[in-house]
Amino acid sequence: MSGPSENPSDKTPLLSVRDLVVEFPTRRGTLRALDKVSFDIAQGEVLGMVGESGAGKSLTGAAIIGLLEPPGRIAGGEIRLRGERIDNLPREKMRRIRGRRIGMVFQDPLTSLNPLYTVAQQLIETIRTHMDVSEGEARKRAVALLDRVGIPAAARRIDDYPHHFSGGMRQRVVIALALCAEPELVLADEPTTALDVSVQAQIIDVLKEICAERGASVMLITHDMGVIAETADRVAVLYAGRVAEIGPVRDVIQAAEHPYTAGLMGSIPTLTQNAARLTQIPGSMPRLNAIPQGCAFNPRCPKVFDRCRTDRPELIDRDNGRHVSCWLYDAATQQVAHD
Amino acid sequence: MLAFILRRVLQSVIVMLTVALVAFALFRFVGDPIASMVGQEATLAERMELREALGLNDPFIVQFFTFLSRAVVGDFGISYRLQQPVMELILSRLPATLELALVSGIAAFVFGVGFGVYTALRRGGWASSSIMTVSLIGVSLPTFLIGVLLIWVFAVELQWLPSFGRGDVVDLGGWWRTGFLTESGRMSMILPAITLGLYQMTLIMRLVRAEMLEVLRADYIKFARARGLSNRAVNFGHALKNTLVPVITITGLQLGSIIAFSIITETVFQWPGVGALFINSVRFVDVPVMAAYLMLIALVFVVINLIVDLLYYLVDPRLRLDRSAAGH
Repeated sequence: MSGPSENPSDKTPLLSVRDLVVEFPTRRGTLRALDKVSFDIAQGEVLGMVGESGAGKSLTGAAIIGLLEPPGRIAGGEIRLRGERIDNLPREKMRRIRGRRIGMVFQDPLTSLNPLYTVAQQLIETIRTHMDVSEGEARKRAVALLDRVGIPAAARRIDDYPHHFSGGMRQRVVIALALCAEPELVLADEPTTALDVSVQAQIIDVLKEICAERGASVMLITHDMGVIAETADRVAVLYAGRVAEIGPVRDVIQAAEHPYTAGLMGSIPTLTQNAARLTQIPGSMPRLNAIPQGCAFNPRCPKVFDRCRTDRPELIDRDNGRHVSCWLYDAATQQVAHD
Repeated sequence: MLAFILRRVLQSVIVMLTVALVAFALFRFVGDPIASMVGQEATLAERMELREALGLNDPFIVQFFTFLSRAVVGDFGISYRLQQPVMELILSRLPATLELALVSGIAAFVFGVGFGVYTALRRGGWASSSIMTVSLIGVSLPTFLIGVLLIWVFAVELQWLPSFGRGDVVDLGGWWRTGFLTESGRMSMILPAITLGLYQMTLIMRLVRAEMLEVLRADYIKFARARGLSNRAVNFGHALKNTLVPVITITGLQLGSIIAFSIITETVFQWPGVGALFINSVRFVDVPVMAAYLMLIALVFVVINLIVDLLYYLVDPRLRLDRSAAGH
């Protein structure tokens, strides 16, 4: 198969997603929201996941942690955590993985915390769900963790209710909750979108630092390329439920291979380039019930040619740690170009 | 906190005064109590004398203030019909009504919340669908019809339960007669309690279900699941507690209406409570009893409202903050 190759060190990746298909059965037929998505996350790595709204970023996260909203379901492919399949586990086993081995940070800190319980109650409950520790020990850990995520006077504030905290502080609490059982993988679904610009960087830093300390991997879902550029090691670009391109952040940003990624990068303002206008990609992402034949991007692609309209490109291994799903990089196409 | 209670008590007093005025004014127009008190042969002079003795010739304002100043110390006068102090009459019948209301209120809450949670969690199951369908009956059938149907099935046809009265009662300390301590007392309680509580139960159930479905979609429930908390902890620890915040208000108000609208149930089952007393008083234009009953019901509502507000305060920490912030 043509998925991403194994890591340079031939350890199994922490997370490995292969040909993941997520479908929503509806009255008018089945919608395919994720179509053969494949990627790996190595131990300690931060993978950025970018794409427009509806490209399937959050859905990928929900599928990994086993919280797809019915009627959505995994209809194909597999998800492995340290080589062990987790996409078909019984509910109770999957529940034990959630929080303990895979943590998740949601977008809106204002609604992520239960308003009727103190921060201490929520933290201690989560810690004691996964770890066999006493109430006092759990509390000690909770205070230490709150302190670590940067909440001043944590020992005192732990008994406050969520509404006593500001948005940024609440997101720190959310991070503490997601990390309190020391998961190996953290899925951060747009963790800063709902926050003031001034605190976004702090939150990302806290998340990144703690995960680095613990050797935890992060899947950072966002549409903010700036955040990706500063935080992620590698980036995966999603388009219409398919992976368009995966590669090291610097390479992808500076020399995007997939025409969609190139368009995406061209639409970001920079200080160095003195462009009069930002480029934009004409058209919009197709709806799930009208994904074109062949490459999903072909109606909007500036470099489209015949094959794009009939055959769907697989992820092509570019041998430099990059993968791209575009016929431009197929051996046959390149042959023609050289002739 | 104290300021909050004081403010609510003050509001309650104003409400009570208004009710008193309305009640008092209203009952001046329901008919002439003298007509039902004296015999056909009473002379005009005798009637005038009685009128004077009862203070019915005083100006409205004077009558009202006499009524108020006595009511404050619990003196609602003498019943025209039974020639007993009204307060005594009501107090002797209050235990029957309160016991009935308590039983049906608790049953309505317990079953209402239970079924509500069940139907919310097992959406689409056949059991949920049947419960929802049956609950439509509870909402749409009038109370007296339910009572009559229950009597027909369980008292007349099956002969399992008594069809009227309180059964044997036990006197507790001279001022409270309870039906809980005897077999026949408890048996007599069942049918009226179901009749009185069925509507409230279906209402609470539908409310709990709707609220619960709403809460289960909330982000903090998703986040709780993503932290691997057990289904039990998520559904009952997190979702149910949030569901109950609005449910408490409605339930509290329902308890008030259970007491107030026990009139119909008490009539159907010949239950010797204050509701039945009120109905009989209306028939005889027994103004002191009617006024006292109205005041009593108003008091019940006001007190329950106060308790509900305080409960809110306990359940929802956000209110505590807002209040204390506003107080400073």
